[in-house]
Amino acid sequence: MFRWLIGAVLGIAVLVLSITVHGQETAKEQVKGLDEQVQEIKSDLLGIAAELNQLEEKLLYPSNTQVAVFVSLAGGETFRLDSVEIRLDGKPVANHLYTFKELEALQKGGVQRIFTGNVRSGEHDLEVFVIGKTGGSTDFKKAERFKINKDVAPKIVGITLAVEGITIK
Amino acid sequence: MTILIFAASSAWAGNPAPKQGLRDLYFGEAFYLASQGDWFDAISRLDTELAQHRGVDEPERDTLYYHVNQAQFAVGDFELSYRMHQRAGRAIKAVIEGKVEEPVRNEAIFRLARMYFQKDQPVNAQSALERIKGAIPANIHSDLVFLRTQILMANGRFTEAAVILKDLQDVKSLEGLCSYNLGIALIKAGKELEGRQYLDRTGQINSNDALVMAIKDKANLVLGSKLLKEKNYEVAKQVLDRVRMNGPFSNQALLGSGWADAFLGRFEKAMVPWSILVTREVTDAPAQEAMLAVPYAYGKLNVYSRAALMYGSALEKFGTEADKLGASIKSVHEGRFLQALLREELKQDADWVVKLRKLPQTPETYYLLELMASHDFQESLKNYLDLEQLRKRLETWERDLDAFKDIIEKRRAYYEPLLPAIDREFRRLDSQMRLRLEQRDRIAKRLKAMLVAPRPDYLATAKERIISEKITLLERKLTAGGTAVPSEVADRIKGLRGVLHWNIYTEYDHRFTEAHKHLRDLNSEVELLKRQYTAFVRTRQAATQSYEGYDDIIHRQALRIQASREKIGQLMARQGNMLETMAANELSRRLERIKEFQIKARFAMADSYDRANRVQKQEKVSK
Repeated sequence: MFRWLIGAVLGIAVLVLSITVHGQETAKEQVKGLDEQVQEIKSDLLGIAAELNQLEEKLLYPSNTQVAVFVSLAGGETFRLDSVEIRLDGKPVANHLYTFKELEALQKGGVQRIFTGNVRSGEHDLEVFVIGKTGGSTDFKKAERFKINKDVAPKIVGITLAVEGITIK
Repeated sequence: MTILIFAASSAWAGNPAPKQGLRDLYFGEAFYLASQGDWFDAISRLDTELAQHRGVDEPERDTLYYHVNQAQFAVGDFELSYRMHQRAGRAIKAVIEGKVEEPVRNEAIFRLARMYFQKDQPVNAQSALERIKGAIPANIHSDLVFLRTQILMANGRFTEAAVILKDLQDVKSLEGLCSYNLGIALIKAGKELEGRQYLDRTGQINSNDALVMAIKDKANLVLGSKLLKEKNYEVAKQVLDRVRMNGPFSNQALLGSGWADAFLGRFEKAMVPWSILVTREVTDAPAQEAMLAVPYAYGKLNVYSRAALMYGSALEKFGTEADKLGASIKSVHEGRFLQALLREELKQDADWVVKLRKLPQTPETYYLLELMASHDFQESLKNYLDLEQLRKRLETWERDLDAFKDIIEKRRAYYEPLLPAIDREFRRLDSQMRLRLEQRDRIAKRLKAMLVAPRPDYLATAKERIISEKITLLERKLTAGGTAVPSEVADRIKGLRGVLHWNIYTEYDHRFTEAHKHLRDLNSEVELLKRQYTAFVRTRQAATQSYEGYDDIIHRQALRIQASREKIGQLMARQGNMLETMAANELSRRLERIKEFQIKARFAMADSYDRANRVQKQEKVSK
């Protein structure tokens, strides 16, 4: 009985001092080999993704008609963004409800591509509707209308949201 | 644990996108995706941007030009977070070998060394760090120094690590972690006493930070276990009792604390932590040990009947757990463990491992918690989950390719019957247009020449030209028979010619100005025509390009997708098998341990009953 007791105590010490014993039990080389193969297949798929992205862009959004709309938050903005709606020439083209993770990503300086589509060359109406809450849980609504001009090159529109207003570049 | 803590803190540092002055919105999009852990799309986005940037003739006119260094770093970082260490290494090496400033280069080396360290290659990590020279960016300074100590320790250079760690003690972000590692480094370097002092100091830290408190508990557990091993039970108990009751190490500490009392013969006291422990999760190894330790203490206190009953109760629970483990091993072999790991709803939950056991027909994952926290299992699991994500992605791409084919066919069916007629009409209009443009060019040239050599006759109106032609025709008719024109007619003709001449010459300046004005008007019409022409040509090209030239790439991609699907299927099978083996081995190990406990409990129960009987008999005899 006493031997078991000593064994138990030593067991605790060994358990505590070692990071883990499972790693030793597993064939390290096997884990490593598989890991390398997984990395290779990830790399292969990134290659496929790159070609598919190009194909998709060429097929669905050729540069002479392509328009991409991006949304970002102005630096230091902490308001809670609930949703953004984009209308192009009066037609709703994007409507996005934000999750906590997405909002956090925007607050960290990330930029969301909210819409990619096609328009003819020339001038177009772009309307932006924003719903959210400011610091004191006050409802916050903003709407702004802009004119954008599409030429031969892909049109990239960056919308910056702030409590004071909406701007585009 | 130290390694895990460091790894957790260093996996994508989450460098924010450049908020001020972000010029490339697609670069910002990559950060948006990365911030949400969408590594694949983040890498893909950034790869595309970098490839485009490298392909442009004038990179300084490209919007990524302003962020290119950060982008190259970021892609390496993202790849590291996506556990693509080979590619990440290449990306970071490219930065190091490029023409970059000293701080940028040093930061890249830091990342490379960190990657080697995470991949359990401490020698390579050490070699990388030795290449750091000169200015180091302030934001990585503390992390770099701490990494240096980690790598030194991993290479067995504990004395050097301890020297550096002593200088890091005041760094707030490394609170606890630094003194804990210093304690371990000193002990490993042979300075046992000094090392223990640092562990003791770590074990008395006060903090609101959960990680710091976990390190504090760990320090107390390590120190307490050492003291227990050395039979310094009194101090061991004091140290083990400092471990929080609700922390991750509390069960081990409670067990050790009880044993410290037991070794000192204080069995009643020992029962305090053990009694708490037996009420905890039955699958936990220390709790199971406590089920034997409590009746053992009762035995030592001569309460044999109670001890016997408790051994009996423990046996019952061990029996239940052994059955559960047997069923779990079977469940793992039947593939239910892997099925459960892939459940989408679990991925939304931080405590998914705990939630796993609540799902029907899944193995008892509480027994797997320790295994699941191990580095090898975590890496294998993440790979398995990544493979599953990739498998789904390939399925989506296959559907996308089908949709693309469909779109192409529909476009072909729409355009092909229309285009021949459109092309014919275009050729007709094109030749007309060229003719008109040539006429315009001739007029422009003539007007330009008239600035130097005036030619009023060129600006005669159509009516004047007709009249002039008519007069000439009349003269020809009048002289057709070789007869002379009658004088009164000749005078009238001369008069008419004079009027024409007068008008043409006197109105020349006005007409010349008007002609220039008309040419300008014509020019603006020509410009409009050219724009329309270019727009048409572009649209016409786009029409063909919307369905021509895709067959090869779609076919090639379909083949690549198919090959990748097969490869992923094989890898998932192997990776899944590895996870199942790990899980089944762990469950078997725990089952073996429970079986040992059952044997011990049976013997101890029988022994306790014997002793209880003997005591009863002795009591009867003495009565």
